Amino acid sequence: MENHKVVVVPCSGIGKSLGTVGRVATYKVIERMKPKETRTVCLALLTMGDADALKLVRENPCIAVDGCPAQCSKKNIEASMGKLAHIIIVTDVLRKNRSLKPEGVIELNDQGDKLAEIIAKELSKKADEILHKET
Amino acid sequence: MTLATGKVGIICCSGEDLPEGTISRVATRLVLEKLRPDQTVTLCLPLFLAGGEDERAFARVFPTIAVDGCSKKCAEAGTKKFSGKPVATILVSEVMKKYPHLKAKSREKLKPQEMELATKVAEEIAKKVDEILCKTAKK
Ligand code: SF4
Ligand code: SF4
Repeated sequence: MENHKVVVVPCSGIGKSLGTVGRVATYKVIERMKPKETRTVCLALLTMGDADALKLVRENPCIAVDGCPAQCSKKNIEASMGKLAHIIIVTDVLRKNRSLKPEGVIELNDQGDKLAEIIAKELSKKADEILHKET
Repeated sequence: MTLATGKVGIICCSGEDLPEGTISRVATRLVLEKLRPDQTVTLCLPLFLAGGEDERAFARVFPTIAVDGCSKKCAEAGTKKFSGKPVATILVSEVMKKYPHLKAKSREKLKPQEMELATKVAEEIAKKVDEILCKTAKK
């Protein structure tokens, strides 16, 4: 497979800070850690069945980054028949890092940013593994 | 399903791929947290598909404003498809036309100029909230 990118799709949940943690983690990866190997797509555009968005998730491996066990990103990718390669749930990562107390939706506090950094590293590692398998 | 009084729902697109999506999200939170905290409620947009009947009842319970980043209007279309027709839509790209000096470039952390733009969008949402509440109070 050539020129394939891993599509990282955060749920961007807006009620609590966990959706923001997933969103910030995604930008850390697609804009700074792995800009050539990864990208994102508007989840709402995918949900609405936009042809380009559907093509993107069907032809490229996707990682769903969900704020909570409702797993909205995962479910929307599956409903779009996307190539779901991995799932990260922020609450699971938080459970392993209980000392962190993420807060803020408009802007994350430092602890939220630390949690996003941990998730971003996991995403980056996973993206490498997925692309390695595909080549 | 009856219409709730005194509260307006706000559903934003949170578009991940465009800076305007981040503006839609921050503007929505500004309304919920600062401008009209007692008059507004929200719901994660992707829950319309992933959630159950309770979530899908949202726009039938609350008169709802969709806040979209661009002309694709995903929040408006998603709300209409899964829940109910929004009573109004605020488009970030339209608000931007009124303030050509304010550009949206960041998808992650907003710079002061982008925060100013988000505040302008939030003020338009708040104005719409007041209009809707005023109309429903008269009924
Ligand atoms: S997974 Fe949880 S936080 Fe994310 S959009 Fe769904 S309900 Fe909201
Ligand atoms: S309205 Fe535009 S910015 Fe918002 S989710 Fe849709 S395509 Fe993305």
